[in-house]
Amino acid sequence: MKPKSFDVVIAGGGLTGPTLAVALADAGLKVALADSEPIETRLAPNFDGRASAISAANWRQWRALGLIDRLQPDAQPIRDILVTDGPAPGASARTPLPVFLGFSSDSLGGDPDEPMGWMLENRHIRAALSAALVERKVKTFAPAAVRSATVDGPVARVILADGVALEAPLVVGADGRRSMVREAAGIATYGWNYDQCGVVATVSLEHDHEGVAHEYFLPGGPFAILPLTSQRASLVWSDQRDRARALVQASPEAFEAHLARRFGDALGRPRLDGNRMQFPLSLQMAETMIGVRTALVGDAAHAVHPIAGQGLNLGLKDVAALAEVIVEARRIGEDWGSDLVLERYARWRRFDAAALATATDLFTRLFSNDHPVLRLIRGAGLAAINRAGPAKRLFVREAAGLLGETPRLLRGETL
Amino acid sequence: MSVAASSIDPAEVARFSAVADQWWDAHGKFAPLHKFNPIRLGLIREQALARFSRNGKKVRPFEGLRLLDIGCGGGLLCEPMTRLGFSVTGVDASERNIGVARVHAERGGLAIDYRASTAEALIEAAETPFDVVLNMEVIEHVADPAAYLADCSRLLAPGGLMIVATLNRTLRSLAFAKIGAEYVLGWLPKGAHDWRKFLTPDELIAMARGPGLSVDGPFGVSYDPLADRWSRSDDCGINYMIAVRREA
Repeated sequence: MKPKSFDVVIAGGGLTGPTLAVALADAGLKVALADSEPIETRLAPNFDGRASAISAANWRQWRALGLIDRLQPDAQPIRDILVTDGPAPGASARTPLPVFLGFSSDSLGGDPDEPMGWMLENRHIRAALSAALVERKVKTFAPAAVRSATVDGPVARVILADGVALEAPLVVGADGRRSMVREAAGIATYGWNYDQCGVVATVSLEHDHEGVAHEYFLPGGPFAILPLTSQRASLVWSDQRDRARALVQASPEAFEAHLARRFGDALGRPRLDGNRMQFPLSLQMAETMIGVRTALVGDAAHAVHPIAGQGLNLGLKDVAALAEVIVEARRIGEDWGSDLVLERYARWRRFDAAALATATDLFTRLFSNDHPVLRLIRGAGLAAINRAGPAKRLFVREAAGLLGETPRLLRGETL
Repeated sequence: MSVAASSIDPAEVARFSAVADQWWDAHGKFAPLHKFNPIRLGLIREQALARFSRNGKKVRPFEGLRLLDIGCGGGLLCEPMTRLGFSVTGVDASERNIGVARVHAERGGLAIDYRASTAEALIEAAETPFDVVLNMEVIEHVADPAAYLADCSRLLAPGGLMIVATLNRTLRSLAFAKIGAEYVLGWLPKGAHDWRKFLTPDELIAMARGPGLSVDGPFGVSYDPLADRWSRSDDCGINYMIAVRREA
């Protein structure tokens, strides 16, 4: 079969792949998107019951891509983030820590009235992205898993499960932690599993949350209440694997009783509203984000906590950087699938990905533990952060400098 | 006239493949040139869009225009210029460079007319003048820059645009380009440049002006060692470019 020719082929119809497709299509590129799932499956309300905390920077990106009108009605602004260590009172800091909400540095430089982030149920994000793809006439192949990806001179050739062949100077793997594109490019991964699962549930709250996100470091492990629209919240915590499974399968009444027992006053009297889910906690990093005529974004490159959209924020930042690198290269006549060009993307993202993985790992180990000494360290740490607000902001700014210039999309500008 | 990709001698492919890999390796010995390239490409594009009133939103805005790259090396400028729509001729005095450039263009499926030749030889052969002439980092290597520039101008069609890029003769360029790039950073072969041959922007502009020829610029570019990247700047103390326009 004669291959169909594109400027970029993207594998993966999750949240990062379609965002990249929209960004590139807006810049005039001819994009193909291939996904292993049928489109209707991805869009079914119960396909993905998770909610994501979208950082201010990534919200700006979606605004630049024209997605916000569709997302706004279902988006809950996060006005404040309260972090509290355990049942011991006093060590409370109004500072986002990168446990469930990993976007402290993204909020810098924005409008002071701009929310710190937005809570959105993934199903709404999927619907908005899907509509945007249709509007931009992005050619979507689904259900069509990537069977193989090979490089032939100036093009990468992707063969789909149904035998359709696509070719383009660049193939992007946005196909998740078990990325076929990554495997085809021979890019190895490293990482480990934590003996824990993330548990996610949506609940209706007794009282208005006023847009405040709470993170508690309780003896049983860290726990977050993330505000959703209509006086609901997304609850996120980590638990031992078998306990997590039992919780997800328990009756709603038993589940609610468990919540009250475990999290007590933090929660009031929540009523279960929708699905409960568990996700194994693991960390998986690709050894490199680029290969020959190949770039990886999102979980294909670095899979961190699969909860609360922390990994999603990282993936969307990949998208902003990669889209800008591609569009700039094309503007000046460069081969955007060449090593020369992809190297710029890898350099731009290297520090951010490594930093988040390290922080995630550290915090998981530090906070998922009720050892008294660790408690003491945590308490001291939170109190210190509380006092050292300006110093921390300075540090975060310094660290942000290592990231180089902020991609234009994350500043809310179009490409 | 373009060289059909298949016309390349297989022996030539074998001979130049390894060198071509070096030329185009992001981490190889031409890495500094690759880092510098986007800023040059952006400036050429911008000048040419303005000169020929072309639409920058198009993928190939320069369709129908002929471009000559003098001292084209491995084709670092010729290939992007071809993708932007120019019909490109690349000349280089070095047979080896032309071999490298041909092999790489063939791999990329790009039709580029590469010739082991010089500006002088093109004039002697009564080559049709070009809409755009690129004269990038060559003039600092020639014995008689004034005569050389005059020759290059003769290859410029009426209404045409020539971009000349070179190094300024300042103490900073001596420190940066000569001592820094050649000896400290090891970017360039030692002895690659004779600093005394460098021209100041005023000298170059005076040389480039002539009947029917006017000059824009100079445009500076500067290197940020911390970010390891080049950017446009008003500072012409080290590298700079000028745009020479021939009257229509």
